[in-house]
Amino acid sequence: MNEPTTLNSSPMYTTPTSMPEEPMPQAQIPKTFVAEMREAEPGDVPVATGPSVVRSFLMAKSSGRVADGAFGGLMLVCALSIFVIVLLIVFVLVNSSKLSIHAFGFKFFTKSVWDPVSGDFGALPFIYGTVVSSLLAVFMAVPLALAVSIFLLDVCPQVLRGPISFLTELLAAIPSVVYGLWGVFVLVPIIRDQVGPLLIKYLGWTGFFADPTFGVGMFTASVILAIMIFPVISSISRDVMRAVPNHQREAALALGATRWEMIRMSVLRNARIGIVGAVILGLGRALGETLAVTMVIGNHPDMLKNLLAPAYTLSSVIANEFTEATGDLYLSALIEIGLALFLVTIVVNAIARLLVWAVTRGNTARAH
Amino acid sequence: MSQLPVRSANFERYLTTRRSVTNGLVTFLAVGATVLVLIPLGAILFYLLYKGFSSLNLAFFTHVPAPVGEEGGGMANAIIGSGVILALASAMGIPFGIGAGVYLAEYGAGSKLAEAVRFTADVLNGVPSIVMGIAAYSLIVAHQHHFSGFAGSVALAIMMVPTVTRTTEEMLATVPSNVREAALGLGIPKWRTVISVSLRTASPGIITGCMLAFARVAGETAPLLFTALGNQFFGVNLNQPMAALPLQIYTYAISPYDEWHRLAWAGALVLIVMIMVSVTLVRIFASRGALKGGN
Amino acid sequence: MGVDIKVESLNAWYGQTHTLKDVTLQIPANHATALIGPSGCGKSTFVRCLNRMHETNPIARAEGTVMMGDVDIYKDASPVEIRRRIGMVFQRPNPFPTMSIYDNVASGLKLNGFNKRRVLDEVVERSLKQAALWEEVKDDLKKKSGASLSGGQQQRLCIARALAVDPEVLLMDEPASALDPVSTAKIEDLIFKLKSQYTIVIVTHNMQQAARVAENTGFFLMGKLVEFAPTTKIFTNPSDKRTEDYITGRFG
Repeated sequence: MNEPTTLNSSPMYTTPTSMPEEPMPQAQIPKTFVAEMREAEPGDVPVATGPSVVRSFLMAKSSGRVADGAFGGLMLVCALSIFVIVLLIVFVLVNSSKLSIHAFGFKFFTKSVWDPVSGDFGALPFIYGTVVSSLLAVFMAVPLALAVSIFLLDVCPQVLRGPISFLTELLAAIPSVVYGLWGVFVLVPIIRDQVGPLLIKYLGWTGFFADPTFGVGMFTASVILAIMIFPVISSISRDVMRAVPNHQREAALALGATRWEMIRMSVLRNARIGIVGAVILGLGRALGETLAVTMVIGNHPDMLKNLLAPAYTLSSVIANEFTEATGDLYLSALIEIGLALFLVTIVVNAIARLLVWAVTRGNTARAH
Repeated sequence: MSQLPVRSANFERYLTTRRSVTNGLVTFLAVGATVLVLIPLGAILFYLLYKGFSSLNLAFFTHVPAPVGEEGGGMANAIIGSGVILALASAMGIPFGIGAGVYLAEYGAGSKLAEAVRFTADVLNGVPSIVMGIAAYSLIVAHQHHFSGFAGSVALAIMMVPTVTRTTEEMLATVPSNVREAALGLGIPKWRTVISVSLRTASPGIITGCMLAFARVAGETAPLLFTALGNQFFGVNLNQPMAALPLQIYTYAISPYDEWHRLAWAGALVLIVMIMVSVTLVRIFASRGALKGGN
Repeated sequence: MGVDIKVESLNAWYGQTHTLKDVTLQIPANHATALIGPSGCGKSTFVRCLNRMHETNPIARAEGTVMMGDVDIYKDASPVEIRRRIGMVFQRPNPFPTMSIYDNVASGLKLNGFNKRRVLDEVVERSLKQAALWEEVKDDLKKKSGASLSGGQQQRLCIARALAVDPEVLLMDEPASALDPVSTAKIEDLIFKLKSQYTIVIVTHNMQQAARVAENTGFFLMGKLVEFAPTTKIFTNPSDKRTEDYITGRFG
């Protein structure tokens, strides 16, 4: 009758091996338990009499197993479509690049000749342009993004937080072509006429800024890119910084830290992995950005130290020359550039997402 | 007897001052950075209004572009073309996105497949839009031997799927599990529970997500560069090259004609207004939707 | 109108954890049966096995025989069919937030394809009266949403919703534990009046509640059914020492 439970043995439930010497005191069972039971009073609640219409309808209804299976299957197909999309993109890119790959092999990425007339193509100038403009953009955007994140999270008065963060996110909503339009007609003249000469005057000794300046060039493109990737870095940094638990902040303040010291000690240190992820995400965006860059970079496949000189990026050459490409090899070379861009951005984004996930995964609240 | 090292009062004062100065400096920089960042936003909106507003008249919305050298003309073909391409792209992309989101939230939650889908969707979001254009070109234009608005829609639809998937999944996750349990406990089959309970409860948020995806692709130019190609004339035939607003803005902006520059600014203003309205609506709905779904 | 339930050698697992061990009992028709026991003893799991809600969790598993009348609920029917005949009221009220009061009560029918307007009106009224909620909401049936009611009202709404499909068995998993004493009393009153028409199984933490409403009581401990007897016997003269310890408050 009283089997000792094997899993969680507790002293209370083992069977005594011998009878206790004195009788156990009678358990005090409150009399009120019994007194509260009463007789049922029938009749004051409506009764659903007989096998009702409702019951017979429901009993006759099928269990919907077929519909369930079909619906679930349909949802699965939709989910798998994402894999299909990626695989399709990879397949067509590889397929269409074959011509160029066979013609140039790996040297494609180390040659700097881009001559459609003779059919000789090398992507090095574009790689240079993409990498330099993106790195420069990140270099300019990250301090700004971190500063704004710190502002919005810790400095800004509560009332203004919503509106200001909304405004910074509006920057992300502006399409690339509008940035380009503004860049061409507003930013380029400013850089050509005012900022460029200033840079040459004070920083020309570094060799990075020299005449002639046309306004279009690597520097202008980097500035526009910086503005465009700033919202991404800022909002993800903010999410990551927000995910740092409050008690970390409070611990630092309790020790007498100033606000900046608290941010440095508690928030930035804890969130640094995620912030790195945010920065890499911004880098990924910069690498692939096409329209705005094309409109302000000058579109010359040169690899010059002078940041004020025109340059050319991987995405720009595709945008500019795709529809004019004469001959299969030309087109194939451009598509191979597209393939390279695709692979690079996939890898960069994957790394970034992994870093961001690692930090925020435990802290995103779900209503389950 | 050893003595504990004691800092002089002067040194203490120096340290404290240095710390508060640093703190003040950082605060100043943070505020400054925010102001600095908002300047381009203000500048862009200002110039759009300044240069574009005066060109907005009825003709702009009802006429097609005039021949070079002539005054007047508008971007009616681009606006309508964008509308048609976007409508088709949404019709193709949104259902797949919502279906995938439903799968992730209701059927596969926690499974390895779901994690792979989620990760792939996130990564797909980061692929440059011009690559989507190349893909659509190779898949459709190359085989059909002509450019088409349809190919453009396909490129845009592919871009919408990952965005809609993630927002749908996140919105469905806010539906409390005990509400689903209530439906299952009543003997309602799972498919009906998903449609009439989960989706219905999360629908404000899901609609928000779709609008976000729509606003994002509405401004995209690169995928259309060699799919829809653009068209100077009026046309709604998806099997032909079609005009689209962002595409037209680009073509006009890099042209050498002042008249076309003027139209480009006006077109950009129209585009921005459309997108800003969507984004603001999204913000309003999002705050209401979050309160509505679940307790 | 209710039907009895015979459980034989029911075992249940959540992943690797063996939560129900070899449970055998008979729940008589048209009576209220209470299940008591300390937290984690398996009484909720048991009840969820009766309407096959246990298996909605992907890592959950159950083995054994559960007969509802002469239907083996695991072998002779699908979970969806069973749940239409066995209703459930959960611990925390869970009305559908986007539906009106009327639609909430009618949801078990409408979402299963039943659309006859007049019958639905009658069923909604009947169920709300059975749940003692009719007087309070009869003017706002279609205007107010289910989630706008107070906690106690929401729970009675959920009871009405469960009753609307005219089940043969009603399972209640600690229905009043999240409610204030006044609402609790109302719900106990309800159970008392309904038990002659349905077979009711109520899981409760509250021993006095079991004593107040149920004819029979089962005591669960660590996944096993320790004792099952008429309520008076359990509370005045339990056969098992463990039961006695629980009743007198030595643990739990």
